[in-house]
Amino acid sequence: MGMKTIKIAVALIAATLSVGCFNKDSRNYEFFPDMYESVGYETYGEYEAFGNGQQAQIPVEGTIARGWKPYAYPNTTEGFAQAKEELKNPLPYTEDNLNKGKELYTIYCAICHGDKGDGKGNLVKREKILGIPSYDDMGRAITEGGVYHVSYYGLNTMGSYAAQTNEEERWQITHYVMDLKAQLEGKPKRAFETKASLKEQKEIISEVTVQENPVTTTH
Amino acid sequence: MEKVNIRHSISKRLLLLLAVFLSFSQLNYSQDDGGSSLGDPAKGKELFNSQCAACHKPYARSTGPALHGITEKRDIDWLYRWIRNSAEMIAAGDADAIAIFEEYNETPMTAFPQLSDQDINDILAYVEQPKPEPPVAAAGEAAAGAGAGAGVSTNIIMAALTFVLLLLVIILVLVNKTLTRFAEASGVELPEEEARKPLWKAFAENQFLVLSSSVILLLVGAYFAYGYLMQVGVDQGYQPVQPIHFSHKIHAGDNGIDCKYCHSSARVSKTSGIPSLNVCMNCHKSVSEVAPETATEEYSKEFYDGQIAKLYEATGWDPTTQSYSGEEKPVKWVRVHNLPDFAYFNHSQHVTVAGVDCQKCHGPVEEMEILEQYAPLTMGWCIECHRETNVKMEGNEYYEKIHEELSKKYGVEKLTAAQMGALECGKCHY
Repeated sequence: MGMKTIKIAVALIAATLSVGCFNKDSRNYEFFPDMYESVGYETYGEYEAFGNGQQAQIPVEGTIARGWKPYAYPNTTEGFAQAKEELKNPLPYTEDNLNKGKELYTIYCAICHGDKGDGKGNLVKREKILGIPSYDDMGRAITEGGVYHVSYYGLNTMGSYAAQTNEEERWQITHYVMDLKAQLEGKPKRAFETKASLKEQKEIISEVTVQENPVTTTH
Repeated sequence: MEKVNIRHSISKRLLLLLAVFLSFSQLNYSQDDGGSSLGDPAKGKELFNSQCAACHKPYARSTGPALHGITEKRDIDWLYRWIRNSAEMIAAGDADAIAIFEEYNETPMTAFPQLSDQDINDILAYVEQPKPEPPVAAAGEAAAGAGAGAGVSTNIIMAALTFVLLLLVIILVLVNKTLTRFAEASGVELPEEEARKPLWKAFAENQFLVLSSSVILLLVGAYFAYGYLMQVGVDQGYQPVQPIHFSHKIHAGDNGIDCKYCHSSARVSKTSGIPSLNVCMNCHKSVSEVAPETATEEYSKEFYDGQIAKLYEATGWDPTTQSYSGEEKPVKWVRVHNLPDFAYFNHSQHVTVAGVDCQKCHGPVEEMEILEQYAPLTMGWCIECHRETNVKMEGNEYYEKIHEELSKKYGVEKLTAAQMGALECGKCHY
């Protein structure tokens, strides 16, 4: 009798252990958790050290995060008109920049604006978001500066993409958008410029912002 | 039966009445507008969706005003001029134009010089159609009926099966009884059972059996114990309830939004990033409710709309005035994937440099209604992939020299990540 009882008991324990621990709503327990849990602040962690308890903080007012530069034109109708008129793409029109622009365009823009820039992205085809104009729309007559400005601030229903892309990436996307516009209008393809090295390109971006924006020079 | 028939005919009559009423009201309507002045609503819908819908909705305020009823409010020539170039009218000092410009936060309307009179007539015909009644109630009833039907049928089958089984048991008992009685009546002697040694005693006396069964028992025990110990700290299948029911299936699957649209920092940083709510609002500024066909049996349209309402509450967005109140309530998402502190992992190295698909580690996220941890995220799992995967060389000058030297050394054409040093302890533990 004893053996059998033990057998059953072992089987039952094994079954409960292997099944009982599995709970989809909570994490499994850890062995020596002091090696698991970070001493430093973890991304998106919750800590009392911060005013609102969140590790994810927005930059302190008046400071500029590394690699993130202020933009000279204000988010107003006049600012838009001004950027549309005078702002030019500082990046050379190279194959690398265009390809990178295409890659980013496919992630962030094509879902509404369509792979060809004709305003027929997947969300439009599925009638989730409507009224996306084609890039060759006459009433809008988009320009480099305008494209950059709108991707930075958003316009009407379109949101800002400043959180998802950086300055260089937005200019690369702008190259690709202007390329799509030329294709839609049936214009000949623009000739590529000589390739800028990665270092040169970084310098172009930083120079442009320093000149344009007095805030960076006073810092 | 007769009752049903009567009801049927009554509902039919009602339907007919409704149809007649509707057709009359439509007739009245077009007569009011002079009939010929308005165009083809079907063409208008196409134009409206491609040109106007970015800022206008027919029956609700968006960036611009709701357009239903506009022809009663404004003169048709005024509308032609406004649509083709509103800025000119404002500059010329048209009182109505200035009033509407100021009411809508001085947001200028894009000029549409390409639209002909007929195009504009078509668009107006479309927006002036009476608001369609949502067929929600009927659809809901039908769905409920279908669901109930499925439930009833399985219940019936189960009940029938139980009944048949019970019947079989009863028959067996009866047959056994009858046979015994027969045997008794015809004088057949039933063999009587001898008092045998109890089974466990026989087992305990047999030393070989005891030995072998305890070996088996120990092995089985060790197997389970090992399995149990190996899953400590592994969260595979972890599927927490999130504060907002976000369906990856709808967003990444049905709508085909790229993973990196929302998880943009996976391209460039260590962490993949939980999108801040402004990213949600990029689309949900205009998508304030789900389409009726998005609803499933499990989750209704009301349920999904409620989730979007939660987003609006968190961001302080008021859809009726189309503005932010400034009152924000951060959403406390529950983190699903979390590596222990002693292991370093960088998303950008895998996503941008190696070009690994997100699904390789995160599984078919585009099919998950509720996200769960797909991979075990154990060290063995990492190592296995590093051993099997070749280093991606296309468009990456950075690795060129080392790849050439190492491939010569190992005598292979393509190096795996492991041969490139991806098994070194210090790569992930320091």
